[in-house]
Amino acid sequence: MIKRLTDLAKNETGTIVDFDETDPRLSVRLREIGFAEGDSVTPLHFGLFGKNPMSVRVNGALIALRRKDAHAILLKSIPTEVTP
Amino acid sequence: MLRLALLGAPNCGKSSLFNALTGGKAKVANYPGVTVEYRKGEFALPSGQEIELLDLPGVYGDCGHSMDERVALDAVRGDLDGERAPDAILFMMDASHINTHLHNVLQAKNHGLPIILVLNMMDMAARDGITIDLTALEREIGIPVISCVAVRGSGRSLLLDFLEDWGGDVTHGSAAKPDPEQIDLKDLQARARSITSNAVSRVQKAETFSQRIDNWVLHPFFGIILLFIILFVMFQAVYTWSGPAMDLIETGISLLQRGAAAILPEGLITSLVVDGVIAGVGAVLVFLPQIIILFAFILLLEASGYMARAAFLVDTLMAKVGLNGRAFIPLLSSFACAIPGIMSARTIEQERDRLTTILIAPLMTCAARWPVYFLIIGAFVPAEKVGPFSQQGLVAFGLILVGVFFALLMAAIFKRTLTKGASSGLLIELPSYKAPVFKDYLIGLWDRGMIFVNRAGRIILPASVLIWGLMSFPTHATTTAQTWAGKVGGLIEPILRPIGFNLEIAISLIPAMAAREVAVSSLATIYSIGEVDTDVKLTELIAANWTLPTALAFLAWFVFAPQCLSTFAIIRKETNSWKWPLFAFGYLFVLAYFAAGITYHTALAMGLS
Ligand SMILES: Nc1nc2c(ncn2[C@@H]2O[C@H](COP(=O)(O)OP(=O)(O)O)[C@@H](O)[C@H]2O)c(=O)[nH]1
Ligand SMILES: [Mg+2]
Repeated sequence: MIKRLTDLAKNETGTIVDFDETDPRLSVRLREIGFAEGDSVTPLHFGLFGKNPMSVRVNGALIALRRKDAHAILLKSIPTEVTP
Repeated sequence: MLRLALLGAPNCGKSSLFNALTGGKAKVANYPGVTVEYRKGEFALPSGQEIELLDLPGVYGDCGHSMDERVALDAVRGDLDGERAPDAILFMMDASHINTHLHNVLQAKNHGLPIILVLNMMDMAARDGITIDLTALEREIGIPVISCVAVRGSGRSLLLDFLEDWGGDVTHGSAAKPDPEQIDLKDLQARARSITSNAVSRVQKAETFSQRIDNWVLHPFFGIILLFIILFVMFQAVYTWSGPAMDLIETGISLLQRGAAAILPEGLITSLVVDGVIAGVGAVLVFLPQIIILFAFILLLEASGYMARAAFLVDTLMAKVGLNGRAFIPLLSSFACAIPGIMSARTIEQERDRLTTILIAPLMTCAARWPVYFLIIGAFVPAEKVGPFSQQGLVAFGLILVGVFFALLMAAIFKRTLTKGASSGLLIELPSYKAPVFKDYLIGLWDRGMIFVNRAGRIILPASVLIWGLMSFPTHATTTAQTWAGKVGGLIEPILRPIGFNLEIAISLIPAMAAREVAVSSLATIYSIGEVDTDVKLTELIAANWTLPTALAFLAWFVFAPQCLSTFAIIRKETNSWKWPLFAFGYLFVLAYFAAGITYHTALAMGLS
């Protein structure tokens, strides 16, 4: 099964392998703001209802996005260890 | 003159640099989407070389998804009406975000203009343990890289030194043009990541300062409570701290009135000065302390980095009504004034979402409505405390919440009818927390205060003179209804009588089309013409002349307050059609009318008087 950014728990780290191109504009947007293949991503905060929206640490930046959009970020299926 | 453009991601410090160099007054705040228009300014290097600088909205890539991004890209490409393309680009980047943003500068090389990378906020990067090998970076990207701290004089000197030589080269056409990069975003990102992995090193800290704060601020539960507390304290402070300053201004105004009455000859001239000008303008100026306190809070929140967090916290609510997550910031700006708020809706990509946001922006309680609230609340709500809280502050907070509630309700209705369609998400960078730059903060506060005072001079003064004129003639008139003002007001009074408005209110609403607070100054002029004793406060006159149901209806009207010509002018400009401003006026009028009517009759039925 494909693992997505939305599958990560709080403070769990994953590595981006690809983007879901269903909405090509969205994937461009995600890339432009700073997500790329090989980046480590860690969700740090979730909203009150349905864990929506979420904030994600990527390369030292903190980016807030809705789960619908986070869904387009595909991760390596085995989560890497949390680096201390 | 040499023309340079400031390009770069939102919130990297472009406007700060622009202000520092050109002495300009672009708005600076710590959240993305502050600048939505281009701005020009000039400065001279120590050598005398003159430079024209363009401050632009932030852009991430070169696609121009939203209107503000297109403004920036058009400016760089020379596609803006009446503006030539810049001679070169200063590409700014937040040094702490170099790992995520480096590909943006690679993309910008493809504009084909001479370009340098200005790595800003080096102070923050140093604090967070980020070291950047500038020489390696320069070699890999192939353009000059200059480090910078835009908010400090010493932090800008490297850049200015560099511009001495480079500026001359650009003028003579001898500055190097960058080699073009690939186009494909994915390849560019891969190249950017390989550059940063060599040139940038980070000391891994367990948790940064910002992260520790965010554990509380962004907490799903405590975060929302905190947001509420902040807003609540803000409105309480506006009421409880402003008292002494307001007393001072009131004393000043009544001294002025007495002085004028003593010096000037008895008759029309005195009445014009005392009842028209001083009473009218003074009635609004008394509220300056409250406006200053309000903005002291807002600017602090803006500068600290909290705004983007607030957007995160309320996003669930925005999503529920179908609003775009980015709509939060334009709506928040509308608390100052709907005009910048409506303009900053440009950051919203989808046209329909932008339109929805524009249509509901006037429901946010703008600063011009505060004097009306202050006046009526001051007249009818006792200045007592409920427990530790100011009762007046509670009522004001309540009125604002009513506005917000209706904004969300209308958004939900529009999204299901007029502006149907999927809305996109939030996607916003949460900046790290910063202490406000003291100078920027004071300038911001001064600007807001001056806007308020200037309006008193530009709009309220002429409106007061006008109302005074209409109220004073014909001179044999003995009641308000017999004056010219009474005749004009009488035309609309029949429409307003069913919702509890009297003739004085009808008269005051007409000039209030120019600015909402003119309603207050007009009432002051109307009531002070009939009043012999200049020391009676307007709040006391209102309390004596109005019934409680009328006052409540008036407040309800101003929650919606359809009248404001400049708001409709900006809606017309931003939507490029007459349809939407007319629609906005129509729906706001209907809401205001029914809200006032329902309030009035409910209050009557409850036996309030
Ligand atoms: N510490 C620090 N803060 C900065 C620096 N430059 C800008 N800022 C702050 O960063 C925030 C964003 O600045 P602004 O000029 O509005 O960015 P823009 O969106 O690129 O125009 C503001 O809070 C500034 O006070 C800098 O060099 N160092
Ligand atoms: Mg700016």
